[in-house]
Amino acid sequence: MALRPGDEIPPLNVTPDRYLTVRYAGASGDFNPIHVDEEFARQVGLPGRILHGLYSMAQVARAQTDAAGGPEALKRLSVQFRGMGLPEHELTVTGTVREVDDGVAIVETNCEQNGKLIIRNAEAHLRVGDA
Amino acid sequence: MAVNAGVIGKTYPATTYAVGREKVREYALAVGETNALYLDVDAARAAGYDDVVAPPMFAVVYSMPAVAQALFDPDVGIDFAHMVHGGQDFEWGPLVVAGDEITTTATISDVTERAGRGFFVFESTSTNQRGETVCVGRWTNIVRSG
Repeated sequence: MALRPGDEIPPLNVTPDRYLTVRYAGASGDFNPIHVDEEFARQVGLPGRILHGLYSMAQVARAQTDAAGGPEALKRLSVQFRGMGLPEHELTVTGTVREVDDGVAIVETNCEQNGKLIIRNAEAHLRVGDA
Repeated sequence: MAVNAGVIGKTYPATTYAVGREKVREYALAVGETNALYLDVDAARAAGYDDVVAPPMFAVVYSMPAVAQALFDPDVGIDFAHMVHGGQDFEWGPLVVAGDEITTTATISDVTERAGRGFFVFESTSTNQRGETVCVGRWTNIVRSG
């Protein structure tokens, strides 16, 4: 799709299910118990098992590649993690094209859950073809 | 907290990861991807790829064995009970497909202490079997005072 300055990318909504963190741990190899062990997570002061930050980042990436028409468009993604994501609560990724320069759209993007940004100040570079 | 800035510049032995078709599919399904390029060999081949395409964030999977060496290095001394992943930056080159062999090196690019927190920044560079750089990652971990 054509992306022009000021355009919003289609929002991505996803609700990770109760056992998502277990599947993501297996898929990624990150078995930190704060993601898979409810009791351990509570013992270290968390509300319960939390999402892997890199899972949430993968949702931000998916919103970009969906908007741009495929994985070959995504050339860069940088994010800052804030707060923590929880299973069984909806994540929403939004983004706005800040500028298009030399065929690359720069998208300012975020990921929110329960009204709080869990990924903020994220920036994606999407190759959108010749300007 | 005290940090050991002496480890800045330390580089770890390269690791090589063989990208498997079912691992790509497992990862893609876990993160909710529905694009057939990641899941269906025929669709990927019809689009001109040799095999299923790894989603860009699969970089986490092939880079981690190299980055883990820095994370678990006693000279770096990260206290995992107080560590959070602060930030992540990936720059991608050519797409990775099943059958590729990805070699990654990790380096410690910065270690600083600010306001009682330790900031540990690692850089990973991943190349495919043709020597093309497929991903450069910058991993920022923050350790609170214990």
